[in-house]
Amino acid sequence: MSAAEDVVAEGNETVEAVPKRAMTLGTGTSVVVLLLLLIVPVFAKNFVIFQLTQLLYLGLAVLALNILTGGSGQFSLGQSAFYGIGAYITAVMMEQFNIPYFLCLPVAGVLCFGAGFLFGQPALRLSGVYLALATFALATAMPQLLKLNFLEPWTGGVQGLVVTKPDAPFGLKISQDMWLYYFTLVVVLAIYIFSVNLLRSRSGRAFMAIRDNEIAASAMGVNVALYKTLAFGVSAGITGVAGGLSAIAVQFVAPDSFTITLAIQLFLGMVVGGVGWLPGSIVGAAFIIFVPNIAEGISKGLSGAVFGVLLFLVIYLVPHGARQLAIMGQQLAGRLRKS
Amino acid sequence: MELFTNQVLAGIATGAIYACMALAVVMIYQAIDHLNFAQGEMAMFSTFISWQLMQWGVPYWGAFLITLIFSFFAGIAIERILFKPLAKAPVLTNVAGFIALFAIINSSAGLIWDFTIKQYPTPFGSAPFLGSQLISTHQAGMIGVTVLLLLALYFFFQYTRIGLAMRAAASVPESARLVGINTSWMIALGWGMATAIGAIAGMLIAPVVFLEPNMMGGVLIYGFAAAVLGGLTSPFGAVVGGFLVGIFENLAGTYIPGVGNELKLPIALALIISVLVVKPAGLFGRHIVKRV
Repeated sequence: MSAAEDVVAEGNETVEAVPKRAMTLGTGTSVVVLLLLLIVPVFAKNFVIFQLTQLLYLGLAVLALNILTGGSGQFSLGQSAFYGIGAYITAVMMEQFNIPYFLCLPVAGVLCFGAGFLFGQPALRLSGVYLALATFALATAMPQLLKLNFLEPWTGGVQGLVVTKPDAPFGLKISQDMWLYYFTLVVVLAIYIFSVNLLRSRSGRAFMAIRDNEIAASAMGVNVALYKTLAFGVSAGITGVAGGLSAIAVQFVAPDSFTITLAIQLFLGMVVGGVGWLPGSIVGAAFIIFVPNIAEGISKGLSGAVFGVLLFLVIYLVPHGARQLAIMGQQLAGRLRKS
Repeated sequence: MELFTNQVLAGIATGAIYACMALAVVMIYQAIDHLNFAQGEMAMFSTFISWQLMQWGVPYWGAFLITLIFSFFAGIAIERILFKPLAKAPVLTNVAGFIALFAIINSSAGLIWDFTIKQYPTPFGSAPFLGSQLISTHQAGMIGVTVLLLLALYFFFQYTRIGLAMRAAASVPESARLVGINTSWMIALGWGMATAIGAIAGMLIAPVVFLEPNMMGGVLIYGFAAAVLGGLTSPFGAVVGGFLVGIFENLAGTYIPGVGNELKLPIALALIISVLVVKPAGLFGRHIVKRV
């Protein structure tokens, strides 16, 4: 069969190379965004606060995928599986073992890291569409695995589990939703800072070297197998924490909330936010939360079609996602400053 | 032993559907290097068109032919209007485009023909085939059509000028352009053919799974799995992959205890992945060597 081998120059990689400085926001912009995130909920209704919380933890899940795809160049459709594992671990620990919620999240993160790291091992030999198929298999299997009979005493089977919403601690006089929002914000910020630093570190450089050219990276002494599985593990771990946060915020977990649809949504979020641009994750999350609602508002019967058309519009206008908008904005600001 | 042969036969029958779908997937993959996630929905829409024609009194084969022609041009139109502008965009953006197309077609079909399940006729009848209980004449007809289709495609690609041009455009676009092949139109032609093949798959499978806007969801997944198993560069591999997936799925459902309908898919996929770990380019795929 070796006679029929194709030689392909690595000109058209699946994921474009994003320099690591372009992966984050400048200090000034970061402070403005942070202030907005801190102040907005004070003036918002409870439902809006809930939606903002949703925005934060979905943004976190998109960020996790972004580290995997934008950082190390691997593609995954199985994020919903790790999200589900994280949500279930949190829910089961909180409800069946009465462990406080803030202790459940790290456990969910660590266990999902382990699961992702292990899953990364066989996935190592696969790349591109083959990896997509492998992760896809994981995503389709997960709801069925969560329904398994012998896990039912803990997971509640098809029925799922109801999670109690935590009260604000220290006698603070704010609503549960408000407290949960700030709690989520702190967790998400901590993980965001961790991710930014991770990508700037030695490991982050190794991820990007693998993304840009695997063969060259291994020739330069990067342990390709280790860093690929590590990227999988980190991504799965963060996704697990995001899932845990979602379980607390939604107050309910059920196997069918973690289907392939969720994985596809996270993927769309990443593309809309800009592959490899971490702050874009939140923009992507906003897209997957609000655009279906907007579509429904425009036409009830055709909401799917309207969503598709809006998605097409976004990828025609900005094929590189929100990152492209940010770069355009920056250039505009630079030009204004000069004149 | 009889149970085993029967299950294999039934597997081959469902495998024929997957083979058809996998063939369509590989056709587009060859032309544009992407997996088309909207393939199943395109097939579903074509099947609805043929159903509508039959409702208006067109005989089966007439509707079949009109639908094929319609699908062919619809495929070309989709490529020209929606995906040609994205040719230079990143791969993942293209995938998002396919998902958008999926949503658009699914929702429009739901609006036009609503989500109730409809009966779809078969031209082959549904009597037992050669006295076998598990395989009906319809399923036998399905296998026959798939094999015919594969042969036709083989001759088209091997022995016609335009087939040669399409192969050239897919494997070395730059050189193909230099010898005067219009590679851009070859891609559109690939889309058209793939859509028509998908339409055939849809019309063959509709009597089995019944007609409704979500009918292709499961089938497409198996079709992808089959295409990847057989090797995405080989139409022949796709068909073999389709039959293998069908057989895998049936045997897993029969012999592994505790595997209901719901775990069939994950097990089939797990098996495929184990094959891929040993043969990363699929069973019949060409191994692609990368240059630094």
